[in-house]
Amino acid sequence: MSRSFIEISNLAKRFPASKGGKPLTVLENADFTIERGEFVCIIGHSGCGKSTIMNILAGLDVPTEGGIIMDGKEVSGPSLERGVVFQNYSLLPWLSALKNVMFGVRARHPEWSRAQVQEHSLKYLHMVGLTGGAELRKPAQLSGGMRQRVSIARAFAIQPKLLLLDEPFGALDALTRGTIQDELLRIWSGTQQTVFMITHDVDEAILLADRILLMTNGPHARIAESVVVDIPRPRKRGEIIHHPGYYKIRNHLVDFLTYRSKELAGTHTRGAPNRPVTVRPAADEAEAEAGEPADSRPRLVSAAS
Amino acid sequence: MAVSDNVKALLLSAVMLAAALALWELAIPGSQSGGQLSEYEMLSGGGAQQASVPPPSAVIEKAVTELSQPFYDNGPNDKGIGIQIGYSLYRVLTGYLLAALVAIPIGFLIGMSPLMYKALDPFIQVLRPISPLAWMPLALFVIKDSQTSAIFVIFICSIWPMLINTAFGVASVRKDWINVARTHELSPLKTAFLVILPAAAPTIVTGMRISIGIAWLVIVAAEMLVGGTGIGYYVWNEWNNLDLTSVIFSILMIGVVGMLLDAAFARLQRAVQFQE
Repeated sequence: MSRSFIEISNLAKRFPASKGGKPLTVLENADFTIERGEFVCIIGHSGCGKSTIMNILAGLDVPTEGGIIMDGKEVSGPSLERGVVFQNYSLLPWLSALKNVMFGVRARHPEWSRAQVQEHSLKYLHMVGLTGGAELRKPAQLSGGMRQRVSIARAFAIQPKLLLLDEPFGALDALTRGTIQDELLRIWSGTQQTVFMITHDVDEAILLADRILLMTNGPHARIAESVVVDIPRPRKRGEIIHHPGYYKIRNHLVDFLTYRSKELAGTHTRGAPNRPVTVRPAADEAEAEAGEPADSRPRLVSAAS
Repeated sequence: MAVSDNVKALLLSAVMLAAALALWELAIPGSQSGGQLSEYEMLSGGGAQQASVPPPSAVIEKAVTELSQPFYDNGPNDKGIGIQIGYSLYRVLTGYLLAALVAIPIGFLIGMSPLMYKALDPFIQVLRPISPLAWMPLALFVIKDSQTSAIFVIFICSIWPMLINTAFGVASVRKDWINVARTHELSPLKTAFLVILPAAAPTIVTGMRISIGIAWLVIVAAEMLVGGTGIGYYVWNEWNNLDLTSVIFSILMIGVVGMLLDAAFARLQRAVQFQE
């Protein structure tokens, strides 16, 4: 088996017992891979440790057990190889939008001249649609959507090997969210950036992701399934809902989040295979398009991804 | 006609000032030349000037003469108001800048390290409530120079608000911004200057503004003690001369200079303020 771009092996995060309490295991046996250029979303209920996985991937948090190998190197501590877009944008409020992006670019390329840094930053700001003076405003003078655009521009501008998005659209209204999702998709398809993204939104995950990881409820949360989104790209928001596989995937996800995330919670026994089960609810449609016969049941593929 | 609130407030201030000055002027009995002289007055030569609170007109007159030649120097006991204020400002700013050089780095250290915070906290809690003037005898003995002792007193009183505000500002920098620095692999020094300093700047400058206010309060008292020069010495000297017109005039000058110092820091505060 060839090595994957990113291998997350047997990750667990536990907190020692507080006075009179039991030790708390937030998540355990998180074991999955991400391929180069892949867009992976992770969905689960609040408190299941999605953000913990994200923080460990970013190097901001340390796992209690297990480890991560990215591109042949172990992840230990934060790095410019992994760009992060936080839910609350995390822009520095005393800097203008442009200066915020330049902050990242300068950290990435300390050897560049000021003009080079500025040109590179402006390119990415234009890419997310910040032009005509908006780039000179401070974050407080920008709308939530604009701020998240700046944050995305900052992350893309440092051209990390892995882009981590922590519920980037969670705080935005539905219309703005749609627009920025489209933009993210457009930019991503241009760069073939590897992306790992947390979301609560099933439709968002189907629109954006190649693969969706489903987490059981915490504590003792784990990644139960890896759902392959068999919908061809380029995808358009208005069109994919008419794809025959769309609702199969969607129903599968909703069913998991409504019932099985609870049923499967804490069911894992030590020693059993940790890799999430790969599920392809829309495999038939994908095969049909490829001109191959298929039976009509959602199928379980072998555990190895 | 629409008049803005600012104009209204200005008019109201002018009216209040005029009323207060008029009351003050009327409350002072007229010159004592008229009327019967008392037995004692006759004995002492009659018409000896009786000290009384001067009317505002006298104070204004005094202000005009003093401010028209603020920098004259006729020996140790007769210097222009500009020179006296200059000495006070020199002491305040020297002590204050030295305090800033000590307080802001230590405040940074305490703010970033909970261990250092806990270790230094008892010292700060004991030293902070000491009236700065209580240090004066010790300072005079150790330093053996009254001018430097005055500067030391300013130093010791300015240090605490800056130290505590810097520590608080640095400790409460949002974790998200620190994480931004971490994910961008910033060195500790760069993190301190590019992220923590600008993030904590509004709190630090607030501490600096409180400190300069306290320093200006304390310099008057300190100069009354050490004597020689300065606005505090001037007030006390004029009291010894029983020149109440000069005392009132210098009180007003202390207020005006204090206001200007505060305004300068208010401007600095606006410059570093940011909106989240």
